[in-house]
Amino acid sequence: MENNILQIIYLIGSVTFILGLKFLGNPATARKGNLMAAFGMIISIFGTIFLYTTEAGAHLHNLGFIFGALLVGTVVGWLIAKKVQMTAMPEMVSLFNGMGGACAMLISVIEFKHLETDMSLVEPSHLLIILLGLIIGSVSFAGSIIAWGKLSGNVKDKSLGMQQVINIGLLLVILVLTTIMIMGNGAYTIELFYAVFTLSLLYGILFVLPIGGADMPVVISLLNSFTGVAAACGGFLYDNKVMLVGGILVGSAGTLLTIVMCKAMNRSLLNVLIGNFGGNANAADAVPSNFEGSIKEVTASDAAILMKYAKKVIIVPGYGLAVAQAQHIVHDLELLLEAEGIDVKYAIHPVAGRMPGHMNVLLAESNVSYDKLIEMEEVNPEFATTDVVLVVGANDVVNPAAKTDPTSPIYGMPILDVENAANVIVNKRSMKAGYAGIENELFYKPKTSMLFGDAKKALTQLVSEIKALG
Amino acid sequence: MLEFITQHIEMCYLIILMIFVGIELIGHVPSVLHTPLMSGANAIHGVVIIGSIIVMGQAEHTLSLILGFLAVVLGTLNVVGGFVVTDRMLEMFKKKK
Repeated sequence: MENNILQIIYLIGSVTFILGLKFLGNPATARKGNLMAAFGMIISIFGTIFLYTTEAGAHLHNLGFIFGALLVGTVVGWLIAKKVQMTAMPEMVSLFNGMGGACAMLISVIEFKHLETDMSLVEPSHLLIILLGLIIGSVSFAGSIIAWGKLSGNVKDKSLGMQQVINIGLLLVILVLTTIMIMGNGAYTIELFYAVFTLSLLYGILFVLPIGGADMPVVISLLNSFTGVAAACGGFLYDNKVMLVGGILVGSAGTLLTIVMCKAMNRSLLNVLIGNFGGNANAADAVPSNFEGSIKEVTASDAAILMKYAKKVIIVPGYGLAVAQAQHIVHDLELLLEAEGIDVKYAIHPVAGRMPGHMNVLLAESNVSYDKLIEMEEVNPEFATTDVVLVVGANDVVNPAAKTDPTSPIYGMPILDVENAANVIVNKRSMKAGYAGIENELFYKPKTSMLFGDAKKALTQLVSEIKALG
Repeated sequence: MLEFITQHIEMCYLIILMIFVGIELIGHVPSVLHTPLMSGANAIHGVVIIGSIIVMGQAEHTLSLILGFLAVVLGTLNVVGGFVVTDRMLEMFKKKK
């Protein structure tokens, strides 16, 4: 009876995951979808604690420890999630993803410890699933921690010589050891298990270490789907449908999301994983600023006049906006211009910021209505009729080299055609190159003027100058 | 190996179906929602916590208990952190006017 109720709970849980993910795909229902999936998760967790029975018919014990662990995890998770700055969201997702990977990894370690007492009785298929959970979970855990470290600036891009050869070799060793364990007759299994464990962790680190910081969102999305697969291994291990559904769902949706993200940058997944784009500092030194024209600086008051007498203004936000926490002041600027009867829109490049949708989340935080945020394909034809484009802390996504220079590392990436507008004002902290480490010809064009300074300070000044114009 | 698959044939069907469901669900999502979606999916794979609870509930040795405790804590972090962060992001997607 109890087991039947539990199965029904798992069924409901699985349906909430599917519907939740479906609802998350639409801005109007997204929040409901998230809460729905959370509800399914809660009933599945409590259902397992109270109703799960082993084959021998025994209930779970150690309930005190289980609740203790749940309490610790909830309090810590809640506090971290509530306190984190909106700009630090991508690394937070990575960190939580790593926790899930570590959880899958530990399950495999404990299950293996149960088997250790008599290796000869172990079924190869059972061992295979434990090993898969271990390998994928460990790679996801170690990789996520490195990705988190990179995004928070604690870990630098680093490439050992022949990195790809080392990585592929390591992966092969892991596969060979796994095969030996499964095909073997139980000899050295314990030693091999811990060797695979260690090598998987090492592989996770080496896999993410050389990938440029700008590509971290793609990596996080990929590791996210890895953890999904690791969770699904657990589903197989315990014949648990809700784990299988949740895990595979995230595994497949996450993989597709990763590919969609790569497409937005017009690069293949393989290219992201092996080409250490962004980590190559030499590219910046090798390209001298040999563009025609010169840099033209503009003062806040001139920029204010330009904008106040415009009919249509498009704001292009980038990572610089996030770093300077300028999302509120940019909204103030928008309101001020709208009060003057100016048409104001935001042009959102798919990879602006450090994660797709990063800018949307950030601007939504400062109450910018999401129908003002226009995606690249839609906004590109509009630049021709725009009087002023204000680029705030964005660089690579407006670099014409992506269209004109086949030798450029970002060649082929679709960009925002800001150069079609009558005037372009670029706010940057300095002339330093963007994340891809390349010069931007846009800054040297006659219609472009540079408004140097921290995004928040520069925009605050701009707002007060526009106000002063009355 | 063949025997193993036929024993778990139901699970195999489920895997194949879920792969297609996952692809269908993400197919037409605006890039606006990629970050919350990734974060939401991140919370959902926290379902791995159920495995850690099952392990923990049957643990006999101190070492298994300690590792199990750690696994449940980490799983909970994934679930709670994941859903709360996603909710915070989505809270901001309010339409004005």
